[in-house]
Amino acid sequence: MADHNRDSEASPAKLELVDVHKSYGSRGVLNGMSLAVAEHEVVCLIGPSGCGKSTLLRCVDLLDPIDGGQILMDGVEISAPGVDSNAVRRRIGIVFQSFNLFPHLTVLDNVTLGPRRAHGVAKEEAEDRAMELLNRFGLGEKADAYPNRISGGQNQRAAIVRSLMGDPEILLLDEVTSALDPELVGEVLAVIRDLADRGLTMVLATHEMGFARDVADRVGFLHEGRVLEHGPPAQLFSSPTQPRTQQFLARVIEAGRL
Amino acid sequence: MFASTSTLLDQEGARAAIIAVVSTLVFFGGAIALVVTSPNWPRVRDQFFNPDDFAAAAPNVVRGFWLNLELFGWSMLVIPFLALVVAVMRSLRGPAFLPIRLLAVAFTDIFRGIPLILLVLLLGFGVPALQIGFLPNGAQFWGLAALSLSYSAYTAEIYRSGIDAVPESQRSSARAVGLTQWQALRFAVLPQAIRNVVPALMNTVVSLQKDVALVSILGIREAVREAQIYTTRTFNYTSYLVAAALFLAISIPLTRFVDWYTARDRAQRSQSLV
Repeated sequence: MADHNRDSEASPAKLELVDVHKSYGSRGVLNGMSLAVAEHEVVCLIGPSGCGKSTLLRCVDLLDPIDGGQILMDGVEISAPGVDSNAVRRRIGIVFQSFNLFPHLTVLDNVTLGPRRAHGVAKEEAEDRAMELLNRFGLGEKADAYPNRISGGQNQRAAIVRSLMGDPEILLLDEVTSALDPELVGEVLAVIRDLADRGLTMVLATHEMGFARDVADRVGFLHEGRVLEHGPPAQLFSSPTQPRTQQFLARVIEAGRL
Repeated sequence: MFASTSTLLDQEGARAAIIAVVSTLVFFGGAIALVVTSPNWPRVRDQFFNPDDFAAAAPNVVRGFWLNLELFGWSMLVIPFLALVVAVMRSLRGPAFLPIRLLAVAFTDIFRGIPLILLVLLLGFGVPALQIGFLPNGAQFWGLAALSLSYSAYTAEIYRSGIDAVPESQRSSARAVGLTQWQALRFAVLPQAIRNVVPALMNTVVSLQKDVALVSILGIREAVREAQIYTTRTFNYTSYLVAAALFLAISIPLTRFVDWYTARDRAQRSQSLV
């Protein structure tokens, strides 16, 4: 830890991936992925489908084991064998594209399940905290509703609240607006913007280029399982250096997404 | 416009009802007439549909049927629990659990692979013959054990199909909020899995209720055995009809209940917004 001095220019990354490899069968999905995310930083990952965005986030939350390389949190390796993955997962929140709320539980029970069962928080305390967050994100009235009785946008906001219940140090968002009807995207993005303003460290995989430009401190372009280039959104979107990035952004602009 | 449509429908409805009644009467009336006018009908009536024999056989058969219900009740306590244990054992992930998974696979393969009647014979006559001191020797116990093992193997497979039908993403979500593998199964996957398979489980209950009769081959004096005893004594088969009536009295309401529940469940699920 000596060389991770906070005063030095290279302050310890909140999250760091070093040469991470991951394949499913013979298909290499992450091929030497390296990325560092500072505390309070918001990093957006963009790139074509299949470039490894989702896999990267799943690996960081230790939902899938990596085949090579290292993942570090505050300079400590979390991908090493023998690390208590349940404990690591409690420090990280993740939100999925398809919400994945538990359909047999009410919104309130969805949100409090983790704290009560995994963190051993008392029911009343967990519910107080849950209601506070649900109210903040305009879901207070839906606390007793089942997921199939509320809209996709409300589902996704509830899923975000669920991921925030354990006070995560990092929040991972995997294309959280891709499954939503266009008119519901705004309400979810507003929540993410609010979290960014509060200084939560976040890594987002997204197709919302406009939003990425707006909210990100840094944007990374992923290609074939690696970060091909990264930089501040203004720079990456207006003057990308790599031909692949230029191609991708040209197509996105053509499709009217930027 | 609407009024005339509804009058038309009423007329059509009335016509449909008349057609339904007439066709039913013709069909069943014809079937009954065919049986009743057959050359040997008087003999068959005396042998199978004799009111005096019905009354004479009923007390013993009904008493035997209480034993069927008792065995049914006990197996209903054992099977859901044992089957769930086997299904969960088979659903555990990770190389460390391989022996447990193999045990579960062996259990289902063996007890689902042997015809229930053979299992009843093997356990009911075989195990007591071993004369192992600490094991119970009663035929009822081993009959019940055979039923429970066979039905648990089937039921475990039903549970497992329900577990497999829960999307992988649900498990990921549960793990992501910090739950352990076991907690994810217990709080996120199993409740959904069981709800998925309730109709299938209830059909199994209907079939179990009837299969309890198979323990009669061990000489246990339940309804079918009592009916058989009556037949052997009197050469009259009406006692079997008594037993059949008793089984129907349970299974028909049970089946209607399963239908009703399944329809309600389907309606509730199709009402969802998303």
